Amino acid sequence: MKKTIALSAVSLAIAFATGAVQAQEKVKIGFITDMSSLYADVEGKGGATAIQMAIDDFGGKVNGLPIELVTADHQNKADIAASKAREWIDTDNLTMLFGGTNSGTGLAMAKVAQEKKRVFMVNGAGASALTNEQCSPYTVHYAYDTVALAKGTGGAVVAQGGKNWFFLTADYAFGAALEADTAKVVKEKGGTVVGSVKHPLNASDFSSFLLQAQNSKAQILGLANAGGDTINAIKAAKEFGINKSMKLAGLLVFITDIHSLGLKNTEGLLLTTSWDWNLNQETRAFGKKFFDKTKRMPTDIQAADYSATTTYLKAVQAAKSTDADKVMAELKKMPINDFYAKGVIRPDGRMVHDMYLMQVKSPSESTQPWDYYKMVAKLPGDEVFTTKAESKCALWK
Amino acid sequence: MQISLPALLSQLLLGLVNGSFYAILSLGLAVIFGLLNVINFAHGALFMLGAVLTWMAMNYFDVNYWVMLAVAPVIVGLFGIVIERLLLRWIYKLDHLYGLLLTLGLTLLIEGVFRSIYGVSGLAYDTPDALASATDLGFMILPNYRAWVVVASLVVCFATWFVIEKTRLGAYLRAGTENPRLVEAFGVNVPLMITLTYGFGVALAAFAGVLAAPVIQVSPLMGQNLIIVVFAVVVIGGMGSIMGAILTGLGLGVIEGLTKVFYPEASSTVVFVIMVIVLLIRPAGLFGKEK
Repeated sequence: MKKTIALSAVSLAIAFATGAVQAQEKVKIGFITDMSSLYADVEGKGGATAIQMAIDDFGGKVNGLPIELVTADHQNKADIAASKAREWIDTDNLTMLFGGTNSGTGLAMAKVAQEKKRVFMVNGAGASALTNEQCSPYTVHYAYDTVALAKGTGGAVVAQGGKNWFFLTADYAFGAALEADTAKVVKEKGGTVVGSVKHPLNASDFSSFLLQAQNSKAQILGLANAGGDTINAIKAAKEFGINKSMKLAGLLVFITDIHSLGLKNTEGLLLTTSWDWNLNQETRAFGKKFFDKTKRMPTDIQAADYSATTTYLKAVQAAKSTDADKVMAELKKMPINDFYAKGVIRPDGRMVHDMYLMQVKSPSESTQPWDYYKMVAKLPGDEVFTTKAESKCALWK
Repeated sequence: MQISLPALLSQLLLGLVNGSFYAILSLGLAVIFGLLNVINFAHGALFMLGAVLTWMAMNYFDVNYWVMLAVAPVIVGLFGIVIERLLLRWIYKLDHLYGLLLTLGLTLLIEGVFRSIYGVSGLAYDTPDALASATDLGFMILPNYRAWVVVASLVVCFATWFVIEKTRLGAYLRAGTENPRLVEAFGVNVPLMITLTYGFGVALAAFAGVLAAPVIQVSPLMGQNLIIVVFAVVVIGGMGSIMGAILTGLGLGVIEGLTKVFYPEASSTVVFVIMVIVLLIRPAGLFGKEK
């Protein structure tokens, strides 16, 4: 009996020892996003496909270690996102956490990553707080944020004479951030905000909220929401003729939204995006490759997922380690230059690159499926994102 | 907070439009629960199926809205009959929970199939030409289509109520609910009646789906978003009560509409708050009978 106990103690010890060795056997990327609900087309499974494409194009290995991707659906619940991230880090030795759409979940995962010292990259979530009030030494906010959208679309609409705003806002972290950031830009440029109404996330009927907007007599209806909510709001605005008395400003519009609504319903809409598949030869090549796999053109978020993954793997290679502090140091000093963007990651974790102010084409201007945008202006990265003077992040002082 | 009378009237009207959807969906659930004792969780998915079929008919076969208003409920009704014959009839003797689980599984399956084909952003369906314009009511511009939704669903709801409460066929149905064995002893084919009732209940869901197609984006998630509220409506109205389901549906649509004006943040929860209050005061629901 004693012998058996001793033996199991030994085997237990061996198990622990091998467990520790296992730590360096893999580079493990954990991707948590909305896979099934209103944001699933914006990133979702297509985001996982883009990340896997980047891993495959990198050769499937970095520093001799195989790269593995694991994914989960957070169902737009911050607690699910945080506990899944915690579980992967604690039990599966995750090396990098990849956050998806929904800022509520993004902010929750950033906290877990900071506590557990893991690199956290995030594309889908937009709240500017990720690299401002709630910035962390381990967060890289890669694609876009609410400040860039506000300065891009908000600034352009005010410049065109749309000074009087009413907001239709999704009632959670992202909507609040987008409304606040846009209202700030509108006021700075001499405009006014006459009111706003908050709608629950994933609302299906917008008619009531839209009538309230119409009664405000504002010129501009700012849509501080995204995905399915933006789609249903634009559709209802057309049905109630609100697009005749007010001008719609979609503050976060994705190419999948335009695809779903059709050009007839969206023609002329101004929007800010970080990327479009139809910008140049390189972007078209990625677009085609992605389309062949998924039968849809990539959104800017999905393109950013590919780019961010490659950037991370290059940093791991340069650091010769998966240690978060060493990788973050590399990330913050390496220049990024690929089909997605040219930019750098600032001390606050913000990846700074040019954004694009686009206008949706009319049906006659569009020459092929998914050809929806014409470029109005290129927005320089160091102007369109939070500036050093505006930043409240302690890491960038 | 200042709300003008015209603004209030227009919000009441919009509430009634949403209430019409609640009424017609909760009516189907109430009919099914009344006779089959099954909590039909697949109702939302079948509502979605009605809308998607309408979109598919228009895009692939050029079949218009008016035809689908009749055809989609028939197709979905037949699909419902297949579900009942193949799956549901095995679980009538078991606890309610099994019916709930089975129909929830069906929901996930149906929604999953369409999600993988069409994604979640949805498909645009245009309002039929005859109803595409809007009427100026003085206090608001009401799209004609929304007025049509209210009229069509009220007609269908009250016709259903009439058949069940006032005709001989309805009397068989109600008797079947009370005591199926005794009714069967009188020579009525109860299993057939049950099958047809389920088919009819889900046809109602599909009818609502066709009505909804031009109003909200046709998407695999459209039923999921609505069905939870509709369940709350049925609980508030009282399980199995036909008139209760209709009136509660309309009433809650209006209350939800008013909440969107006075405290929009609570508009997605107000129905559940009412549900809690009703369950505390009248556990059988507003129109339900204690068993």
